[in-house]
Parts: sequence; C-alpha cells; structure tokens
Amino acid sequence: MLKSKTFVKKTRSGSVLKIVREHYLRDDIWCGSEICSECKDESPVLQRDACIESNLCPFPHYLIPDTNVVLHQIDILEDPLIRNVIILQTVLQEVRHRSAPVYKRIKDAIHDKEKHFYTFTNEHHRDTFIEREQNESANDRNDRAIRVSAKWYTEHLSRSQSGAELRVVLLTNDRSNREKAEQIGVIAYRCEEYIKSLIGNPELVDRLALTSDDQNEISGSKLLFPEHLPLSKIQAGIKSGTFLQGSFRASTDNYLEATVFIHGEGDKTTEVLLQGLQNLNRAVHQDVVAVELFPKERWVAPSSVVLQDDQQNDEDTEEEEAEKKLKSPVLDTTMLKPTGRVVGIIKRNWRPFCGMLNQSQIKESTRHLFTPADRRIPRIRIETRQASSLVGQRIIVAIDGWPRNSRYPNGHFVRNLGGAGDKETETEVLLLEHDVPHQPFSQTVLSFLPKMPWSVTEEDLKVRADLRHLCVCSVDPPGCTDIDDALHCRELDNGNLEVGVHIADVSHFIRPGNALDQEAASRGTTVYLCGKRIDMVPELLSSNLCSLRSNVERLAFSCIWEMNHNAEIINTRFTKSVINSKASLTYAEAQMRIDDSSMNDDVTKSLRGLNMLAKILKARRIEKGALTLSSPEVRFHMDSETHDPIDLQTKELKDTNSMVEEFMLLANISVAQKIYEEFSECALLRKHPAPPPSNYDILIKAAKSKDLVIRTDSAKALADSLNEATLENFLYFNTLLRILATRCMMQAVYFCSGMDSDFHHYGLASPIYTHFTSPIRRYSDIIVHRLLAVAIHADSTYPDLMDKHKQSALCNNLNYRHKMAQYAQRASVAFHTQLFFKSKGILNEEGFILFVRKNAIIILIPKFGLEGTVFFENKDKPGPRLSFDSEGPTLTVEEQHTFHIFDKVKVTISLDASNIQHQKIRMALLEPVIPGVSVQLPEPEPEAKKQKLDR
Amino acid sequence: MAGLELLSDQGYRLDGRKATELRKVQARMGVFAQADGSAYMEQGNTKALAVVYGPHEVRGSRSKSLHDRAVINCQYSMATFSTAERKRRPHGDRKSSEMSLHLKQTFEAAVLTQLYPRSQIDIYVKILQSDGGNYSACVNAATLALVDAGIPMRDYVCACTAGFVEDTPLADLCHAEESGGGTTLSLALLPRSENIALVQMDARLHQDHLPALMEAAMEACKGLSKVLDSVVRQHLQEVSVQTRE
Ligand SMILES: [Zn+2]
Repeated sequence: MLKSKTFVKKTRSGSVLKIVREHYLRDDIWCGSEICSECKDESPVLQRDACIESNLCPFPHYLIPDTNVVLHQIDILEDPLIRNVIILQTVLQEVRHRSAPVYKRIKDAIHDKEKHFYTFTNEHHRDTFIEREQNESANDRNDRAIRVSAKWYTEHLSRSQSGAELRVVLLTNDRSNREKAEQIGVIAYRCEEYIKSLIGNPELVDRLALTSDDQNEISGSKLLFPEHLPLSKIQAGIKSGTFLQGSFRASTDNYLEATVFIHGEGDKTTEVLLQGLQNLNRAVHQDVVAVELFPKERWVAPSSVVLQDDQQNDEDTEEEEAEKKLKSPVLDTTMLKPTGRVVGIIKRNWRPFCGMLNQSQIKESTRHLFTPADRRIPRIRIETRQASSLVGQRIIVAIDGWPRNSRYPNGHFVRNLGGAGDKETETEVLLLEHDVPHQPFSQTVLSFLPKMPWSVTEEDLKVRADLRHLCVCSVDPPGCTDIDDALHCRELDNGNLEVGVHIADVSHFIRPGNALDQEAASRGTTVYLCGKRIDMVPELLSSNLCSLRSNVERLAFSCIWEMNHNAEIINTRFTKSVINSKASLTYAEAQMRIDDSSMNDDVTKSLRGLNMLAKILKARRIEKGALTLSSPEVRFHMDSETHDPIDLQTKELKDTNSMVEEFMLLANISVAQKIYEEFSECALLRKHPAPPPSNYDILIKAAKSKDLVIRTDSAKALADSLNEATLENFLYFNTLLRILATRCMMQAVYFCSGMDSDFHHYGLASPIYTHFTSPIRRYSDIIVHRLLAVAIHADSTYPDLMDKHKQSALCNNLNYRHKMAQYAQRASVAFHTQLFFKSKGILNEEGFILFVRKNAIIILIPKFGLEGTVFFENKDKPGPRLSFDSEGPTLTVEEQHTFHIFDKVKVTISLDASNIQHQKIRMALLEPVIPGVSVQLPEPEPEAKKQKLDR
Repeated sequence: MAGLELLSDQGYRLDGRKATELRKVQARMGVFAQADGSAYMEQGNTKALAVVYGPHEVRGSRSKSLHDRAVINCQYSMATFSTAERKRRPHGDRKSSEMSLHLKQTFEAAVLTQLYPRSQIDIYVKILQSDGGNYSACVNAATLALVDAGIPMRDYVCACTAGFVEDTPLADLCHAEESGGGTTLSLALLPRSENIALVQMDARLHQDHLPALMEAAMEACKGLSKVLDSVVRQHLQEVSVQTRE
C-alpha cells in the first residue's frame, strides 16, 4: 500500500466546472512483449516471433493502430491474420467514447488469446504520460500521446538484446500524424498501404473500409446531395424549433420514400413524410436525423406506388423520372401528411448488412453494387477483387460513408456467409437480420457454469424442501430436451388434492450480474427455428442441469396448491425444492395413459387427477371470458439426415396440451399475485391490453357477410359470440373467424409494476399475470424467480432487481427480443415452406379467402396453414378490370366474378425464385374460372421460363 | 455507453491505481496552537482539518453531562469551496448533522471516555476539499487531533471506504468512483483489535459480496493505520527535538 507514495501526482482540469482529478503515474506497467528482459511481466501477451510477411516491413513487428484506424478498420483488425497488436489506452478510451459497437468488438479481440492483442496503459505510465499543452486540442494531444508511446516502444524494445530487430509500426491515416511520427524515428504507415503490402492475403484488402480521401476518388465530382449541417447547428435548430429530431424509417416498397417518427410529449408521435433522394439526403433506415418541415402547400399524401431501385449501372445519375411518379394528384385533403427534408444526421445506426452482390457489367471493374436483403437499406457500392466468387453468395457488407457526390453509400466487404438458398446460410441471414444473438457462448460466459460432475449437495437439501419422493412427471412435445416444468398431483389425508408445479431452478445457477447472467439478459429468449434452437443459456444448463429429466435429481422452484375437488385453491405455497421426476412423457403418451383404464400406477393416477382439475379450471377461465384464439401453426417433419422438410402438418392439440397449459397459467397467476403483493414497485409482470374497438372492424364486417354478429364490447362477449358463430356445412368457418380475431389483438408485453397502472391480461381474462414457468428459455422468468425467491426469503436481493427504471429498461429489451424472435421464427417457417414447395413442384390446393384487398385476395390453405396472395395486377400486361367495395369487402373481377371473404377457391402453389434474394410462394387462381385471369390446370411451363429470362 | 469505466480490463482505476491501492496520504499534526489538539489530513484530493478541545467542563446546560464518562461533541462542516460546484452550506443541514452523529458514535467507541466523568470533549472537523471519502478523512484527521490533544484512546480509529465494481472490491474511492453508481461502504476500524467502530453502506449490495467488500475495507484501514502511526511517530520526534532545544 505504501507504494502509492512513490507515485508522481498530476491533476487535470475540466472545462466548465473545474474538476480536479488525481492522476497517478506508475512504474510497474509492462510492455507486454515476450522478448523484453526489463519488464517483470509474468505472462507477456505479445509474441517473440511476430512474423507476418509484408513488403514494407520485412522484419518482425508489432502494430500500433491509432483511434481512427481502430474505428474504421475494425473488420481488418478482427481478421485472424492480424496478431500482435498494441492497443493504447488512449486509443481504447477514444473508441469507447465514439462508438459502443466498435469498442465491444475491439475488447473481444483483446480478450481473444489467439489474437495477442495487448492493452498498454500508457496514460498511467511514468514515461508515456503527457500533459496537454497550451493551445493544443484534445485530439492533437491524443495523437501526440500515441506517438510518444510508439516512440517509447521503439526504444524500449531496441534495448532488449535478444530482439534487436523487433520493431513497432504505427498505423495512421492522418498525414501530419504520420510525418511527425517519422520525425521522431517511429515507423508509420497508412493502414491501406500496410494491408496491401501483406504478401499472399489479397482478400484482406477487400475488407478495408474506405476513408474519406478514397471516397472522393471513386465517385464523380458532381454534388448530388445537399450538405449535412454540423451537429452544433442542428442542436441550435432543434432548440429553436426550426428542426425536428426523429428516427428515420425507410419504406419497404418505395426507395424514394421514408417516414421520420418524431417523438413529442408523452406517447404522441408525429410522422413526417420524406420523398425523393434529395430530401432523404443520404439518411439510412433507423438513423436518427434532423428534419426541416415544408410549408403546408407542399404537404402530400403518401404515394401507394411500389418502386424498387433496380438500375443496373452505378452511375450517379439523378432519378428525376422515378421521382415524377411519386407525384399523384390528391383530392382528399385529410390524407395530407407533413413533409420535409433531412438537414443533418444526429446519429447513424449502421450495422453490417446481409445481402448479395450485383456484379458490375464491366468485366474488369472492381467496384460493384451490393443489394441488402432488407429492402429498406439502399444499395451499397463496394470494392472487391473477388466479385466472381461472391456472385450467388450471401455476404455481409458494412457502410463506411456516404459522400455528397455519390448516388450510393460506399462500403466494404466483411464476410461471406455461403451460397444463397443454402439452408445454413439462409438461417444465418435470418438470424443476423433479426438481430438474434447466436454466436457461441464466450469463454467468460462459460466460466460461470457449475463444475461437472454436478450433483445435489447436502447444503442444497438443507435449505430446500425434499420432494424427491413425490410422483412428479413432465409432459412436453416430442423431442423436447429443455424441460422446464413438471407436475404432480396426489390425494391428501383430508380428502383434498395437492397439486404441484415444479419449475427448473435456473436462478440457482445464474447469479445476478455475472457474465452468464448478462448474456442471458441480452439474449432474452431462446429462439426456436425449424430444426434449430438458439439457446438463451449454455447447453449444459438448458439440456442437462436445469432440464427436469426423469430419474435424476434436479433443483426446482415449486408452487404447491391444496385444492378441493372443485379445483378451488385452499392454500398456496412456494418453495425451493429438490425433485426426482418419475417420467418424461409426450402429450400423446400422457393422453394414452389417461385413456388406458388398465393402467393404474402412480404417474397415471397423478395425470388423471391433473386432467380432471384442469378441465374444471379451463371451464372456469372460459366462463370469465378468456379467449381461445387460433392461428394456423405448421410443423415440419424433417428428414433426419438432410434436415430437409419432407412433410407439413398443422399442429394438433390434445387434452394433455391444455392440461399442462392450464396449470402453467395457474402458477403464473399465483406467482404474479405473490410478487406484486411483496414488491408493488418492481414486480415484473406481463400484460395484454384490450385492443381499441376499431381493430375489430374487419372481424365484424367479415361475420356480417355471413349474417352473424360478433360482439366486442368485452372479452367475454367476444368469446361467447365466437363460440356461437358457426355455420352448418362449413366447419372450418369458426376457425377462420378465430384466425381473424387473432389478427385484431394487441401484443402482450412485459412491464415493471412501478411504471404502469394497467395490469390487465385481456386474452387470459386475468387481472394480473406474469411468466414464471419457463426460465430455461425466457429471461423474464429468471427475474420473476429471483423476485419470488426474495419474497419467500430463499435468496437475497441486489440493487438492479429493486430499481424500477433498470427493470423497465430490461423489459424493453425483452419485449424487443421476443418480437424479433417471433419474426425470425416466421421467417424460418417461410423459408422451410419454400424448401418444401421447391421439392414438391407445383401443387393444386383448396383454400379460403381471408382478406379481400383492392387488387388482390389473400388466401389461407388450411392443409399447410399457409397464407398467400393472389394478385390480379401484373407488371407486364394490363390488368383486368377490378372494382373494390370496401363495405363488403368485395372485389369484382372483369365484372364476372365477385370475391367475398371466406369464399372457397382453388389455387396453384409454386415457388417463385425469380428474385433469388426474395424467393416467395406464388399462388395463382384455378377456380373459379375467370378467362384471362385464372390459370389453366395443366401447368403453364412458358411462364416459368419467362421468369428465368427476366432475371 | 454512458459513464466512466471505473476499472479497466488491465486492472487500473480511473486515476491509475490498482484495486487495493490507497490514495496518497499526507498528514500533519499540531497545526493550530490555540486548540488542545489539531491535525490536517489529505487523502488524495480530499482534505480535512480537525480540531479538538477538551476534556473540559460541560458547557451550557449541565443536564447533558454524564456522571460516569465524558460527553463527546462532534461538529462536521464543509467549506463552501470544497466541491467543484460552489454552494452555501449552512450549518446543521441534514447531511452534516448525520455526519456529525456518525463521528460522535465512532469516537464514543474509541475514546476512553470513562476516564473523564462529567466532562466534555469537542471535535470540530471541516472538509476543505472534497473528493470522495469525506467521512473517512474526517475520522482519520480527528484521530490525529485527539492524539495531538493527548486524549487516551483504545487504538487509532482508521476509516476508509470501499466499493464494488464488476466483482472486484476497490479500496479508498475517489468522488468519481463514489458517484459511479455502485455501493460505497465506509468502515471505521480499530485496527489492532479489528473492532469495528462504525460501518455504513448507502446502497444495496448482494449478500454474497459483502464479505469481500468488508475484507477490502479492513485491509485499507490497516494500511492507513500504518501511515497514521508513522505520522504520529514523526511528529513526536519533531516535538521532542524541539523541546530538547
Ligand atoms: Zn518491456
């Protein structure tokens, strides 16, 4: 401790407030090199033979990148080829300040042992700390600090006898910095220069980001866009009200149109419509921008035109023609929306984008356009020498910048994911595009797993209820390896029934705040794709230690009720426990046991008791107005070897499904009550708001077309009228109605009880609800477990758990992750449906009209649970005469046939692969026959050929 | 990515210290001639002045006096210029009264008050500059002042703070670290017996972490006690040299 006395002390001052901080300089910071004999570093990071073949530096060397090189060329630094890099503290701090994502990536690189990246704490080193001089800007000072450190390294390494030829190389793209470095005897190169000098690694050059100097060279000198105002002017403008700040959302269908959402006070948001490239002014989807509103005379209605940016050349031409199409005369003035233009970018939200390369038509060209999979992202110009090998591949590209004289943003190639249409590749793409974290768990995360072999200890038994003797069993879908719930039911001596729901005790293994916890919190949920599962927690927990498999001892969190035979709860008890499940059953197996009167073992008796109670509970819930809605869910039968879908099947529900569900609901409700009672400010709950009445319009109209009435004034009324709405000889009608009703609903969300007053769960007709029963696959449940554990004094609390703002932020992330997981799931189903139809060729199927649109009908094929659109308009030929009546809604085609909702039709289904990046299921009408509109039964071959030509 | 990185991956804190290292300590005893005892203490940029009067007869109402021991009266204040933001600090605001009370409790535990029944010992401390650990600087300064005044104590009372960042306990927090959002634990220790005179924590902390945090604070206090001890010895040497002359 007395060591601190030997430190030299300096102070530094801030700007407005005079902040004085101590700054200790040390003499025990090592250089981190293996060759060094002076430093007493026990495990040096930088290798003795730092060899990488380079024309410029034929000697072994360490690299020192400056801040801008790290910020812009992180893709290069991450390459496995680049090793032995010294990251200065000055650089790291600047990066941290300027870009959180890059900071995380460079930190990951530093932690990677293979990379041999060393952080040199130069700001606290006695010889490398410098003070800011008078009239020196902070940037200049930092540049100087980097040079001083580089010089120190140069001299320090040359002093050690064994490595006389080992040098350091400073990478900087700043010319004056480089000159000054050379003056003091430091070897310095521009990043491009250095990377290009590497022998035998041409592909690395592609990953170079373009710096602003290069960008000017590429595009013409003509300025295409208005300039962006500097941040200071933007802020002044926002303050004075001349500019508005909002998030930029590009349109999916029209590359010349975008909306800026401006958050006003409270929940109010204003939308500003932007039209035309000049007004969009280089903003990219999800950027935070400043906009200036146009006067009212220039307000317009959004154009309903579909425009795709499909020019083949990358000329920087102006698209006057396309923009003309946007202008359509508007008669209805209520449709007018405020319009404006982007004056500046407040924050770019660029991420690496998945997509495909359009090879330039000029054979030798190294510049190519890249089309992102997300239609809202503009095409990106990249430079690559391996274009021919990248064609047909899904690749990732990052944007480097968008200069004023360039029609497209400039970017660079990051990574090749694999061939388009390939199952692995497409899965990777949909995970990336839906922001699903799916990298393998890092070593740090894994280090917090329990050591194997693991078993229940005496300690555990001391603090837990020993329920190993109970006849507990689990019921799940077939093939389930992450079993997070198990049940039991037995008769008590007083004639009542004891029912227990036992949930995997994940919070026992995942302690608050450690890396494992943070990773799980960030992932938020396990994502189930067709034939693939992206776990929220490492497999050791999800499929082993936390999975309540049969005949092993497992830790559980139990919710135990005493009930009478009318399923009325007499008392509720929560306890941490140890259980030993007697059987892991599938729904079908459980159903079989219940039905088979010859079976009378404990498990079966337990199941019968549960089933009996569940039926009463369900009836009571429905009585209260809980909704049973329907959505066509499909499941694929996968080929066990190729993992190709071989058959589609809609989900089938058995009694046992709803049996398990019923008790999970009950447990969730009981727990919700308990944690809210205990922590009224910071209970994590789940609510499902009632939809606004207008949401039901479509459902009411649809029912009316069949002379039925759907009442929507309450959930109960809705549930009842849905039950009554049946048609004779149209069995599927009720299901269709329920599918429609599902579409009217709001999204259920997590929230923190201290931040909201409306807790109602509309769909379940429960005044309070939460998620407790799936902690292996939902992070919300882990938090709920922790709250409940504190409530029953089984565990201790920690600050973040009791902080309603932090918990609210967590809820936002969980809601986001759940939404994205759902989208990813749907995208995965869609992709597998495509694979399925690809193998099936063309099919003819019966379906029902689900929606009627102005120019199309949307059809549901019950057999596949598949939804598709039959368009009556065609790009190439004049469409048929259509008249749409929004009252019905009905659509009359060629004055011959009128389509109503719920009509039965016959369609052909095929895979439209004309756009390889956006393959889709194509439906065409077979019956009713409308000449010129419907297709004929023998499949029209020519059409398919024509599409190929179109490509 | 708001906020400061309190502990870098290399194990350095904002000001370049490692997790267990204390700030630079400087102290002087006997800074005022009029008082019975006085001391000036610097822990990094936190600077405190302590003055001790007594033991003397109980002033004011006699009812306050205790028949079996001395009354300890503490007053804590902060100089207007002590923080980056200058503001008037009236005497007796809630924070100062609380701090005064804490100091009183601390020294009641350390001073052998039973030696002076029916009398009073006044301890006045003022923070001249504040950069985290105000309480500990006050305690340490007051200890030195009590020693200077020749008032018998069980042991030095050494105080230090400790905080928690990413599973690592940090000793002797500076202001930036205190306001970094974590938990701060203030500990006043009688180092030789390892008796705790006062421990205070102002935010929640997971129970699992408490032993490690206490351990860090104890170590820091012991480190400080060595410094205080050397200050006292040096002072004595100086004084004895002076008196001999
Ligand atoms: Zn060295």
